[in-house]
Amino acid sequence: MFDNLPLWPTSASVHARYEDWLFIFLTLVSVAMTVLIFAAVAFFAMKYRRRHGREATPIEGSLLLEIGWSVAPLGIMLVMFAAGALLYFRMRTPPTDSDQVYVVAKQWMWKLQHMEGPREINQLHVPVGRDIELIMTSQDVIHSFYVPAFRVKQDVVPGRYTTLWFRATRPGTYHLFCAQYCGTMHSGMIGEVVVMDPRDYQAWMVNGAASGTLAQTGMTLFQQLGCNTCHQSDVQGRGPMLNGVFGHPVQLEDGRVVTADENYVRESILQPAAKIVSGFKPIMPSWQGQVNEEQLNQLVAYIKSLSPAPEGQAMTSGAPGGTQAQESQETK
Amino acid sequence: MATAAVSTERKNYLNAEHGIRSWLLTTDHKRIALLYLLSITFFFFIGGFFALLIRLELLTPAGDLMTADMYNKAFTMHGQIMVFFFLIPSIPAVLGNFLIPMMIGAKDLAFPRINLLSWYIYIVAGALYLHCLVNGGVDTGWTFYTPYSSLFSNTHVVEAGLSIFIVGFSSILTGLNFVVTVHRMRAPGMTWSRLPLFVWSHYATSIIMLLGTPVIAITLLLVVLERTLNLGIFDPSRGGDPVLFQHLFWFYSHPAVYIMILPSMAVISEIVPCFSRKRVFGYSFVAASSIAIAAIGFLVWAHHMFVAGISLYSALVFSFLSFLVAVPSAVKVFNWTATMYKGSISFSTPMLYAFGFIGLFTIGGLTGLFLATLGVDVHLHDTYFVIAHFHYVMVGGAVMGYLGGIHFWWPKISGRMYPEGWGRLAALIVFLGFNLTFFPQFIVGYLGMPRRYWQYPPEYQVYNVLSTAGASILAVGYLLPMVYLLWSLRYGKPAPDNPWQATGLEWKTPSPPPTFNFDETPVVTWEAYEYETMPLPDEVTLER
Repeated sequence: MFDNLPLWPTSASVHARYEDWLFIFLTLVSVAMTVLIFAAVAFFAMKYRRRHGREATPIEGSLLLEIGWSVAPLGIMLVMFAAGALLYFRMRTPPTDSDQVYVVAKQWMWKLQHMEGPREINQLHVPVGRDIELIMTSQDVIHSFYVPAFRVKQDVVPGRYTTLWFRATRPGTYHLFCAQYCGTMHSGMIGEVVVMDPRDYQAWMVNGAASGTLAQTGMTLFQQLGCNTCHQSDVQGRGPMLNGVFGHPVQLEDGRVVTADENYVRESILQPAAKIVSGFKPIMPSWQGQVNEEQLNQLVAYIKSLSPAPEGQAMTSGAPGGTQAQESQETK
Repeated sequence: MATAAVSTERKNYLNAEHGIRSWLLTTDHKRIALLYLLSITFFFFIGGFFALLIRLELLTPAGDLMTADMYNKAFTMHGQIMVFFFLIPSIPAVLGNFLIPMMIGAKDLAFPRINLLSWYIYIVAGALYLHCLVNGGVDTGWTFYTPYSSLFSNTHVVEAGLSIFIVGFSSILTGLNFVVTVHRMRAPGMTWSRLPLFVWSHYATSIIMLLGTPVIAITLLLVVLERTLNLGIFDPSRGGDPVLFQHLFWFYSHPAVYIMILPSMAVISEIVPCFSRKRVFGYSFVAASSIAIAAIGFLVWAHHMFVAGISLYSALVFSFLSFLVAVPSAVKVFNWTATMYKGSISFSTPMLYAFGFIGLFTIGGLTGLFLATLGVDVHLHDTYFVIAHFHYVMVGGAVMGYLGGIHFWWPKISGRMYPEGWGRLAALIVFLGFNLTFFPQFIVGYLGMPRRYWQYPPEYQVYNVLSTAGASILAVGYLLPMVYLLWSLRYGKPAPDNPWQATGLEWKTPSPPPTFNFDETPVVTWEAYEYETMPLPDEVTLER
């Protein structure tokens, strides 16, 4: 009836190995503590079980013991805290030269687009050994991108970008789950991550060659929508010139300085009045409801491509450097 | 006082007045406790019915027993009923209501009419929830996450939200009543350092109810207003923030976990000394740890949001504070265990539940450390590991304590002894059934099975089959006490005033107690748990 009895999930990413060791450490500590408590309860219960002619010995307590069994567990827990925090820092800080994939979640499917152009639905092909960064948003409710074999998970929130990165270590096909309850077919919002040998991946990429890269599509859209009438590439028009903006600090009209990351660009398209660049007037119309999430991703990718500097790639909402704009957006 | 009086003819709170009016208009805290006992038992079995549906659906990987929408409603209503209509009122509104005035030597709570009002509020909210249920129910998950609940769900979110908004007031009023009672109504000589730990723990619980519940009320009201008036508070397309909801929701709902577990710890702190015939080890540390849990418990809410997109540094702070709140819980477990050292331990039913509590709460607490560990939580969050963890705390912990307490005080409440053999058997069945139900969920959670999945990949099936098998054993364990406790009302042996030879003022009054608890206001000249001054209970009266 049961073809297998799995006891341990597949480990297929650099995070997975670290996470497994941490999990084993936590399990050992927990088992030791559980055995200690169970054994003490069982031992006392048997040794001091009620018999005729023996009374309990009254004991008030012991300050030394109280301090001991407060401080010792706290010490062990500090180790857990530190190790867990280190792993979390790694998970939340994508390497600067990672390959980026844009993800749009909707009830109940995953739509993905590689920078090189190919689109996928409920499937993600990645090469083994490369750092992959997902830049994700949702079209409707909150979803969560979860690949158990990689031990990574990140909620995908409408109205903003969240990011997740991993480096797959083993070719294979792994589960992709939506982990945040999102309505009727939540359990059907599943797919797979296909980790391929780099050469196979190249072949797959060529086969799936699309009409152009994400940034090229974005440039076409940029012109179609008439963005270039104000945002010109050679002279300052009515809107700021966008060359070299992404990944760099921007001086705002109200005196603040924010870093232009994906969330900043997104907000500037949807709610242009939220952050006015110093020296410009709030005349840009909102594009809320007029461009969909995938088109937004294309525009962001295009604007990103206008700043070829390497640090631009690191400026995503998850990285510490990119939190400034994100936080000011949250507190708005 | 230790004379075992047969009290069938004596006037007590049960036979003082007769008729349905005398119950529905009572202001006696003991009668109100029984009204709560009946109501929460009713909701426990409805919540349990949904649990049964969930477990049956998950027996096979395919979604074959019910539709996806039905399944989503089943887990939503299982959670909402169990949390808001059973666990939160369970021990405080039943045992706390019944015992706190007696334990401190008072005639009643400070505000007897408000006490009755709180029950009526509970009933109104419960009726509204049942109305929502029969009209098709709600499918948001018990957590009501936006924007699904505010913009997308087509079910009765407004009604469910309002009924939980209303039931909150019942819990606020109970908390208020307890706080005032403990401050103002203690008998002469009943100083804070002589309070039973049951009272200390309920005091801490009441503080959480008072400070936390208004926040969930406001939060759910915002969801209701967003749905009805289109406010846009949580709607990102209008500048709202869906993650804000999670902060507000967990600001109450994490402390709510301590509303559920602290009263259970209160019960265990009474049972363990009594059946070990010893004062509780480290009284002041156990008392202080309740307050510490209540205080730190308010500062850990964002550990439910480590993958929700909160900033890196706030995640660090909340992870650290979550580890910190584990310390006072651990202190309690160590002190209960130490209380047994050199005791004279009996294996009566309440003590078996206490053993069960200590074991299951230890596992529930330790697995909480996995979830407080940031990098590990990323993998475990929203999987069955979390489900297993909080059921170990909220069922293995809270419900074991509740059942232990019901058995311990049953002679006082009903004036009858329950059948001891059946009691022990049921405690054993609950313990085994519980572990078989929930332990496999730790493994399937680590394997990656997400929660709230109507259908799942076949490799997870073996653990789900074990879990469903365990749930059916657990159901037997929960039905058994229902049967023999009802049986004992008629056929049980009349209970002496103090069958366990326990300390505590509630045992110095007849079983069942008279309407005003004490003929004369007691004067307290002793500390809590002076078991060295008490004789051993007569084992013969206890058996059968």
